[in-house]
Amino acid sequence: MASVLIDIQKLEKKYTIGGGFLQSRPRIVRAVDGIDLQIFEGETLGLVGESGCGKSTLAKLLMRLEEPDGGSVIYKDQNIFGLSPDDLKAYRRRVQMIFQDPYSSLNPRQSALSIIEEPLTIHRMGDRRQNREVSIRLMTKVGLNSEQAGRYPHEFSGGQRQRIGIARALALQPSLIIADEPVSALDASIQAQILNLLKDLKKDFGLTYLFISHDLNVIRHVSDRIAVMYLGHIVELADKNDLYRVPLHPYTRMLLAAMPSCDLPGKKRDVAVRGEAGESDDAGCNFKDRCVYKTDLCKTAKPSLKPYREGSWCACHRAGAI
Amino acid sequence: MQPLLSIENLKTVFSTTRGDIRAVDGVSLSLDAGETLGVVGESGCGKTMLALSIMRLIPANGQIAEGRILFDGLDLLSLPEEAMRKKRGSDIAMIFQEPMTSLNPVLRIGDQIAEAIRLHQNVPAKEALTRSVGLLDEVGIPQPERRVKDYPHQLSGGMRQRVMIAMAMSCHPRLLLADEPTTALDVTIQAQILNLISNLKEKNNMAVILITHDLGVVAEAAQKIAVMYAGKIVETSDVENLFANPLHPYTRGLIESRPSGCSGMATDSDARLKTIRGTVPSLYELPSGCRFSERCDLAENICREAEPELVEIEKGHFAACFIAERTVKN
Repeated sequence: MASVLIDIQKLEKKYTIGGGFLQSRPRIVRAVDGIDLQIFEGETLGLVGESGCGKSTLAKLLMRLEEPDGGSVIYKDQNIFGLSPDDLKAYRRRVQMIFQDPYSSLNPRQSALSIIEEPLTIHRMGDRRQNREVSIRLMTKVGLNSEQAGRYPHEFSGGQRQRIGIARALALQPSLIIADEPVSALDASIQAQILNLLKDLKKDFGLTYLFISHDLNVIRHVSDRIAVMYLGHIVELADKNDLYRVPLHPYTRMLLAAMPSCDLPGKKRDVAVRGEAGESDDAGCNFKDRCVYKTDLCKTAKPSLKPYREGSWCACHRAGAI
Repeated sequence: MQPLLSIENLKTVFSTTRGDIRAVDGVSLSLDAGETLGVVGESGCGKTMLALSIMRLIPANGQIAEGRILFDGLDLLSLPEEAMRKKRGSDIAMIFQEPMTSLNPVLRIGDQIAEAIRLHQNVPAKEALTRSVGLLDEVGIPQPERRVKDYPHQLSGGMRQRVMIAMAMSCHPRLLLADEPTTALDVTIQAQILNLISNLKEKNNMAVILITHDLGVVAEAAQKIAVMYAGKIVETSDVENLFANPLHPYTRGLIESRPSGCSGMATDSDARLKTIRGTVPSLYELPSGCRFSERCDLAENICREAEPELVEIEKGHFAACFIAERTVKN
């Protein structure tokens, strides 16, 4: 059994929306609502969910770009929210991020080389010459030509820019990379190139990935385990093959049913997909309004994430019975 | 029988400071009533400009240089502007990727739909508003009599797209152009919107051109598919054939590079995806010969010298590839 790299315990983050001058009563959005999740060393944990489910907030909390309203994230026996400034800097060396939009996540006034080099400079890793060598090596590693080192982001295509972002994330030799929708902005023929690259790098550098995506096809391809998020909660957590073979949660089933596929071209499927994500519910299950399996219990009691079978967890009162 | 829409050798060119480019470069296609044509391609392949050319709404620095667009036998390109304006929104309607930017933020949605109705039909304001309630109901918006009074910002993305569809349907179009209508939406919402479009199509015997980058979307929603690459259609056929037996190496690459493939089988997470090497060429610097030749594993000398025409390789299945032509014919 692999050891736990990151242990997320009862993590909570709320945002208040509205309530300004001339505005309606403020609303509280529980973006991350009591999440327990472990990331094992060497795995790719896929996190899937639709917009607004809190998956990016969770990523920001793990990077400590947001302060939580409750709970903790344990890394090497320490809660990352209680780290001293020095320890925090060391933590950030170990955890790096790749972003969705390769256009807005690179400084247009910096050359590719200086973008990749910057984390090394900030963390005072080596002298200028060493850092430059490391950066050039990384450029070739991610499939860029080292002759392009002096070029600026606008001179690269979207896929190449994403490669620059990946090289920057690798510069400090992190152990965990949080990839937030890293291929969503890319064209179909480029997506596959980047997914292959991420897979190769994982092997070469012994990385652990938290891979966030709304695309179940991508998630299925890259992940070892998959966590499904809905309105601030993890509703299902399972090994990849179990999740796709026997989805436990009604929401997972709905996501799988909605996924466009070319299995049966020209055949219209009977899509049992309905409703839209509303707001999280104080009393009952967040998914109950869209769920065809709901009972009275779902209106009054919040289901918690419970083990269901080996390696599979599900937050549904009726899991196993449906 | 004459098709509802028939496009012949359409060329749409743009003059820019860096030179002239042909965004749509000799596209021909035809579409019958009640049919959905899926136009698939990556960004910059000209699929949106194709739709805007049909609407005659291309940006000011562009013009349609050549070709004919016959709608029910009428050449749209020779219509006076006034007559074309009457066609837009009534016979031919269009919906876009981002419904928020297509709706007026300071008008109630009911009034916006009523405006579209009254633009083309001589009905009193009150009746137009009643009709918009009916349209909202038809596109699956709950409590339509209350929702007509909402402003766009009060609706979710999926609901806004339903409003756009209601507006497009308001004058019973015979052709609907849908440009990436579900790209900005979540998958569960996407499935519902695609279902809605396909139900409306069947009910009204409407023709639909569905433009998307997602092969999965067209596989389920379209009967015919045209794959575009750098301004040209490189392959077109009915949907079953295209997926069962893709002829063009680009189409094959697109299908094979999909993370879940098209087999429905669980993929091994150690498996590498097949990729198409390189990137889409810039329209300013197109390679000589076949536009895909630089990225193609099968390319031979002829592919770099001459440009392949779109030819019928199997019955009803067209591709623009020398290699496919030779392989199948032998």
